Amino acid sequence: MESGFLEFVYDFYKSMKAHEIKLVYEGRVTQQITKAFIALTEAQMKENAEASTVQRKVFHVMVECLQNISRHADEYESGESQYAGKGIFMVSRTEQYWCVTTGNAIFIEKVKELKDMIEQINELNEDELKDLYVRQMREGRLSTKGGAGLGFIDIRRKTKKKLEYNFLPITDKVSFFLLTTYIPRTS
Amino acid sequence: MEILKIESTEDSPQIVLDRESNILEISGRSLPEDVNTFYEPMMSWIEEYAKDPLDVTVFNFKLTYFNTASSKIILDILTQFEEMIEEGHEVMVRWHYPEEDEDMMEAGEEYSEMVDVPFEMVSYS
Repeated sequence: MESGFLEFVYDFYKSMKAHEIKLVYEGRVTQQITKAFIALTEAQMKENAEASTVQRKVFHVMVECLQNISRHADEYESGESQYAGKGIFMVSRTEQYWCVTTGNAIFIEKVKELKDMIEQINELNEDELKDLYVRQMREGRLSTKGGAGLGFIDIRRKTKKKLEYNFLPITDKVSFFLLTTYIPRTS
Repeated sequence: MEILKIESTEDSPQIVLDRESNILEISGRSLPEDVNTFYEPMMSWIEEYAKDPLDVTVFNFKLTYFNTASSKIILDILTQFEEMIEEGHEVMVRWHYPEEDEDMMEAGEEYSEMVDVPFEMVSYS
């Protein structure tokens, strides 16, 4: 074991406590993982007597975010590792918010389209978002992966907050896409 | 017609489609890994049923949660009902929602605006 590893674990623990990180995971996101994480977070929220409306919204956001990673995270090779369907998933909390954060690799050529889509969704008001959702549902065919491009619109509508995101370069072909969603704890 | 009964799991709803007993219902949570595969038997059943439906078809949605991929399937089902109505059949939807769940109520209202199918909103506690 590397020297200082246990100290690292203790620091990591302190960071998690300080940021009230309830769940953090790095790796492949499968349906089993999705089910386990929502069950775990639901149990935590029940224990904390979180309002049921808040619980439902957190549940919604978690499912869409996890399914986004499992369906859309791109594969890239770094040494011997393959990163398809993998990413980081984190649930944390503040006084005011529950916070769901995801990060996954995406090919550079897809970045612009994704960024434009998020920007467009961020600029729409509630009625426009509803119209877009309906239009996507009618016209958007489910791909073989099952995604319908509806997840982002749904998250934006359920939380009534703008999507916060960033793209950070991993290699010249791949970017790391980060998305954070805040769910207000007072409804 | 054969009865279609699918038991619920932690990520998929219970489905009961029973023409003889006049029970057409989907209830629970819907976030299956692959919505197309999961809902295929239900879509086929409804397609078959549409050829020779009951005098009055009442379909009960009693979902507590559905993901966005499932929302598209729900619209497909409702569109099938719309076609049945166009062919002269009587179809209505009962949309059940937990009384404190505004989002689920609104989802029902939105669907009712999207298709020409009568909706009855039913809240339960």
